[in-house]
Amino acid sequence: MTLAPSPQDFERFLARKSFIELGAADRAAAILDPGTARVLLGPFDRLTSPWLPLQGITPQSDDGVTILRGQIDGAPAMVASIESRFQGGSMGEVSGAKIAGALELTLKDHLKGAPTRPVILFETGGVRLQEANLGLAVIAEIHAAIVALRPHAPVVGVVAGLVGCFGGMSLAAGLCSHLIATPQARLGMNGPEVIEQEAGVAELDASDRRLIWSLIGGAQRAATGFVDTLVEDDADAIAQAVRAAFAAGVGAPARTEQVEAYLARIAAYDPAQPADPLAMRRTWGEGEAA
Amino acid sequence: MEVLTYDYPAASAPVNGRAYVGVVGSGDLEILMEPSTDGAAHVTITTSVDGYGAIWRSVVDRFFSRFDRAVRIEINDFGATPGMVALRLGQAAEQLAP
Repeated sequence: MTLAPSPQDFERFLARKSFIELGAADRAAAILDPGTARVLLGPFDRLTSPWLPLQGITPQSDDGVTILRGQIDGAPAMVASIESRFQGGSMGEVSGAKIAGALELTLKDHLKGAPTRPVILFETGGVRLQEANLGLAVIAEIHAAIVALRPHAPVVGVVAGLVGCFGGMSLAAGLCSHLIATPQARLGMNGPEVIEQEAGVAELDASDRRLIWSLIGGAQRAATGFVDTLVEDDADAIAQAVRAAFAAGVGAPARTEQVEAYLARIAAYDPAQPADPLAMRRTWGEGEAA
Repeated sequence: MEVLTYDYPAASAPVNGRAYVGVVGSGDLEILMEPSTDGAAHVTITTSVDGYGAIWRSVVDRFFSRFDRAVRIEINDFGATPGMVALRLGQAAEQLAP
């Protein structure tokens, strides 16, 4: 049930600064304290994909990933941001290595006694198919780096939309200590189009947006414990949620450390009786396993 | 994919600093502008759409009819229309220090 919007709702909507509408660099800057952002390996360093031009595809001068250093609440921070408009935010050898390298350097900072807060802004369909195994290899490096960093600082992920976060990078999002999403975001291993193509339209109708979001949308993922904080598409609200995650510090075990709890969830699930999204919320709702 | 290069010999002074605009996304392009050190202007275009060299030439000609600084321009294009290209060139030029 939705009530008719009030004049205050319109005011609030107009005053809000959309995060989704920002490009990768502006998103990262919106997370950091104002005036502290500094780009590492930017477009003029021309760290482009060597593989795309060989396949007749125009490369981008930063390979679609922006790395920013700066501060969050006055503490040193690193934000890795993926540009979804370039090749669907896909992870190639270079773009993935930029994220993995930035995370590894953040870990080195921690070991040197200079704690740095890591944030990853996911907006990606996963591996860049044109770069195949090289893309998968760097995604594995990203996974390893997140796990290595987690004991030192919360690794905070944001999935804002509209692309969402899929494939190997959805695993990276799952590994994060704290995951923030908007209702417009989607998070899943296989995208709806891939499922429809492989299993048929009877299995999943990828054009049914209401169905898709009820299964893998930000609100459903938050209600079933795969997303920690659900926020509106508002740059200030997202920056605030990131700050709150760091203020909470390294606390509860990460999702991927709660192996027994998740195995129990899967064991209790009967694939012969597929659950609808509401039933999933009831059985996997907050406070159950997580 | 096609790579086009254009040179414009007459230029006043090199541009100050750099400019970066756009994205290599559908119907869009990215532009990198840097000072040119040899007193001329140079344009390198990598475009995903083949066979539009003449149209690129006229869009870039028109830009340099109003812009005479020594600049090195690199364009990565993903199917932008001529209007979009002109707007992005203008946006990048505005970003440069006067």
